[in-house]
Amino acid sequence: MSTPILDRPVLDIADLRVDFGTVAAVRGVSLHIARGETHCLVGESGCGKSVTALAVMGLLARNGRLQARHIRFQDHDLLGLKESGLARLRGDKMAMIFQEPMTSLNPAYTVGSQMAEVLRHHRGLKRTAALDRAAELLSRVGITAPGLRLGQFPHQLSGGLRQRVMIAMALLCDPELLIADEPTTALDVTVQAQILRLLQQLQRDLGLALLLITHDLGIVARMAHQVSVMYAGEVVETGKVAEVFGNPTHPYTRGLLECIPIPGKVKRGDRLGSIPGVVPRIQAGFTGCGFRDRCAHATVACTATIPLQQAESGHRYLCRLDPAWTRQAA
Amino acid sequence: MIRLPSGKHIATGVGAGIVAIVSLVAIFAPLLAPQDPFVQNLNARLIVPAWMDGGSPAHWLGTDQLGRDYLSRLIHGARISMLIGVLVTIISGLIGITLGVLAGYFGGKTDDAVMFVITTRLSIPLILVALTVVALVGSSFMVVILTLGLLLWVQFAVVARTTTMQVRNLDYIAAAQASGASRVHVLLREVLPNILTPLVVVATLEIALAILLEAALSFLGLGVPPPWPSWGLMIAEGKDFMFFSPWIIMVPGVALFVLVLGINLLGDGLRDLFGTGRTQ
Amino acid sequence: MTAQQPAPSSAIEVRDAQRVFRSRSGMFGPERHVRAVDGVSFSLAAGDVLGVVGESGCGKSTLARMILGLLPLSVGEILVDGQSLAAMDRRERARLIQPVFQDPYSSLNPRQTVADIVALPLRAQGNIAAGEQRDRVMEMLRRVGLGPDHASRLPAQLSGGQRQRVAIARALVLRPRIVVCDEPTSALDVSVQAQILNLLADLRQELGLTYLFISHNLAVVEHIATAVAVMYLGRFVEQAPTADLFGAPAHPYTRALLASVLTPEPGLPIPDVGLGDQYPDPANIPPGCRFHPRCPVARDTCARETPPERTSGARRVACILEIAA
Repeated sequence: MSTPILDRPVLDIADLRVDFGTVAAVRGVSLHIARGETHCLVGESGCGKSVTALAVMGLLARNGRLQARHIRFQDHDLLGLKESGLARLRGDKMAMIFQEPMTSLNPAYTVGSQMAEVLRHHRGLKRTAALDRAAELLSRVGITAPGLRLGQFPHQLSGGLRQRVMIAMALLCDPELLIADEPTTALDVTVQAQILRLLQQLQRDLGLALLLITHDLGIVARMAHQVSVMYAGEVVETGKVAEVFGNPTHPYTRGLLECIPIPGKVKRGDRLGSIPGVVPRIQAGFTGCGFRDRCAHATVACTATIPLQQAESGHRYLCRLDPAWTRQAA
Repeated sequence: MIRLPSGKHIATGVGAGIVAIVSLVAIFAPLLAPQDPFVQNLNARLIVPAWMDGGSPAHWLGTDQLGRDYLSRLIHGARISMLIGVLVTIISGLIGITLGVLAGYFGGKTDDAVMFVITTRLSIPLILVALTVVALVGSSFMVVILTLGLLLWVQFAVVARTTTMQVRNLDYIAAAQASGASRVHVLLREVLPNILTPLVVVATLEIALAILLEAALSFLGLGVPPPWPSWGLMIAEGKDFMFFSPWIIMVPGVALFVLVLGINLLGDGLRDLFGTGRTQ
Repeated sequence: MTAQQPAPSSAIEVRDAQRVFRSRSGMFGPERHVRAVDGVSFSLAAGDVLGVVGESGCGKSTLARMILGLLPLSVGEILVDGQSLAAMDRRERARLIQPVFQDPYSSLNPRQTVADIVALPLRAQGNIAAGEQRDRVMEMLRRVGLGPDHASRLPAQLSGGQRQRVAIARALVLRPRIVVCDEPTSALDVSVQAQILNLLADLRQELGLTYLFISHNLAVVEHIATAVAVMYLGRFVEQAPTADLFGAPAHPYTRALLASVLTPEPGLPIPDVGLGDQYPDPANIPPGCRFHPRCPVARDTCARETPPERTSGARRVACILEIAA
């Protein structure tokens, strides 16, 4: 993996909150990503990870209300920008790729026209120059015969190819931040490995800051420098990947890691670890820990504000349990 | 449920109100009508409505060319319109939904056959069929209902077919089949309940269509025969007196307009409420 | 093929199952033949679990539907307890084989209560009294970890994990011989997946069930299966007992699949599986070995000749290369 350049962060989010009516989808997320760094936001469905990404890009649904102490991208204060300012950054310096390439590419237009449109809009390129640049990027992402692909429609391409096209489109204007929301979930496992390797290589070559959103802890372990584990709208644990995986301190993180069978290390007849209960939907005005209904260590104290504690330097978690509690666990 | 913008709320409410009022009038017609709509009084012909000069409360909407009380005829006409609308919709609904579900569920040759029948039916002009039927059999209440019922099922069939095709690929259909359920059970208890919502919207709008078509047929003399107070027939009979006694055609004309508008507003509101024909 | 006697203890035996779909684009377009399942044979003993792994386009869902009796075979036959599946009527088939599908949001009728959904297989038999139906439904709900108050709820009021429990209850209420699980946990959250997998494993013990477990998740399959079959473009390219397949995969595709699994172990790289960027299309099956365009160790003969299936003990591999130790 590449080494991140640790000066001013490319993306800096402080205390992001997002509400949809009475539902609190994101309840105080803070993170920062440096140039050349991959930060994974990991969690199960409903934890708020996708909403966080959409909030940064300014793509929330109409009834979403956003608040934060600040959201900074390079020198830009994203909170203070109007829609027109955000639109200039989107697709240009801040790019996003989504889970379902079939629905993020317009089925009525060829790959070439969709890519050319981005260049026309952000860089004012004429059609021929735009198509040339598009072809250049298609080769960059490992697509052979790019000229042929430019003339094809999305439905003529396989899932892996479509996702490569999405990545190429995101890179057209040399972005500094790439947000990838579950980019390989809809793909076969052999294709997934190829796409992830591609992302890693591009990050090395271009010095991208990558915010990678996923529910798959395997992807996190192999791709990320930093990880933030989300549950019920909050980041419950964050830190360097080796530390969080080596010493998972929040009960949810520990539970999650125990749920995953590792090929070669699992025996038939063993019970898989599991977390009882279901992911809750948090209403506005909720206080205390969102995980308490499913946690074996919950007490009355968990209904009050939970402290952000430090397990190691840079490795923080949101729980009242002492950092050394894991050594006492059976 | 989707929240409608408030303009739509009002429109739907108005539509529902109109339909409710007309339905009640239709049901309680004999009690509400001040006089017998068939009784002729040749001494009291063409009396103007009560709000004009020369009118009187004895006949709120005046009388027609044969001295019959117009308000009573209007009220009984509501009954005819609603009755025909509902019966035609039931008949065409049964035919259309059956054909659509069978085509959507079985696909293949069944689907080809049903599509062929639909295309054939769409290429036949309604009025021509009505003319032929009346020429052969004469016009009556039953003839109108059967003719329209046997011709207006296409919208039901198309919507039933599309929604059945969507539902058919869902896993709970496969699970029901794997459970050993018979085909009849799968069609009636698994497929049908899940395609009803858009069909209700179609039914609402078909009622409006049937009412308008009945009025058109009656106007042409192909529908309900006189002396029944069908609104279309009343318009037809009144056209000779259009210039000097305009209320004769305006009263049933406005009534028809208001009823069909109300049904359409209600249908639009239902469609927005339930989603446009997509299964949930 | 000569008619053979079915293996004596096999709960289910599949012989050369094939299924072709014909599709035509437009009224005058050329007809395409999609060989979704192109010759699958296996037998499964009572109480065992056969894990079927494969990626999109391999035909595993089509195979599942054929085994459930929902899709007729173009060629081949399926024997359950020695009897031909095609010859059974719907009620008999329902008593022997039941499904658990992937998507908990589309496998339950949204307009029926949980009790009605679970009772359907009992009702369809036609000879079980209503009182007994109710008792068996309640018992099954209890076994899958749901309470009696869930019985009158609608699916929309349940979570994904709870719906999947209802689907399992429905599948088991007739005590079938074989349960076909088609990606039963793929649509669930990780913490809930483990709950459901533990439940499936427990029920198998308690009720002596036989599973055909289809999944793309190799680790999950390793956890629950006694034997594994790897499917590619309509055929099994390798079949072996679980420990053998995971310990020493023989077919290049199996090796690639196993190498692609990203374990949550930081510090390890993302593997380069070396499969190139062609993708498998069941409408255009390559000549010779169907895997050769993507195979990292393909030889010239692989493009010309279909490899024979070689047997070594309990393992079957469709590859001309030697099985590496």
